[in-house]
Amino acid sequence: MSDRIEKQIELNATVSRVWRALTDHREFGEWFRVKLDAPFQPGLEAHGHITYPGYENVIWRAVVQKMESERLFSFSWHPYGIDPDVDYSTETPTLVEFRLEPRGERTLLILTESGFDKIPAARRTEAFRMNDGGWTTQTENIRQHVEASHAD
Amino acid sequence: MPISAQALLTRRTPAAATVFAALGDPTRLALVTKLCDGSRQSIAQLTDGLSLTRQAISKHLGVLEDARMVSSQRTGRESLYVLNPVPIGEIRSYIDLVSSQWDNALTRLKGFVEE
Repeated sequence: MSDRIEKQIELNATVSRVWRALTDHREFGEWFRVKLDAPFQPGLEAHGHITYPGYENVIWRAVVQKMESERLFSFSWHPYGIDPDVDYSTETPTLVEFRLEPRGERTLLILTESGFDKIPAARRTEAFRMNDGGWTTQTENIRQHVEASHAD
Repeated sequence: MPISAQALLTRRTPAAATVFAALGDPTRLALVTKLCDGSRQSIAQLTDGLSLTRQAISKHLGVLEDARMVSSQRTGRESLYVLNPVPIGEIRSYIDLVSSQWDNALTRLKGFVEE
């Protein structure tokens, strides 16, 4: 579990609506808090200024990977690379995937972020098993958090 | 001079990246596994069972030392290596940080599409 982040959230909106919120660069920018200059296009880097207060000078960058209509949207990036003094280009990017599944008029959104630099292999070692308890707890926290959001 | 929480947070990211890079190699993972019982081992002991030369192992140990994953102590003619568990904790902190940012972003997305 610790090699990747996975989150599921059920949204009270149709798949089409969620797809637009994810892949229309203006809509994405609204909730993600970034002002993107151009539409998302697979293979191209999207970039723009972060609109989160205090971080307006920071440029957000991601390379769009896949856009499979109303099913899968993915990009690679350096997660929350917001320190202007750090050269993130030397780090291996992670892959962010948004998967959509219709649930009647609602949508199940599954977010995964993977590729924290080959941590999956590391997980097989004893060194990482030492931390397993902590991760199980953390995963449970996330599940409870997401389920609490559903109940709203 | 005290270090601010913000500075610590800022520094956590590159530190985590170094650990990821250090572990992104099967030989270095094998070395970490050998040391994870808390033992102190020489290069000769660590080379045993791995199909690599002493020089190659020494190089990998250097990468792990740079990432603070292991530290070495010189005793007589040889160095003994021991695992430092702190950086693995930093990986957890880093992924926890990214994870909580996603919680926030998804909460905003939910509000946005359910308007």
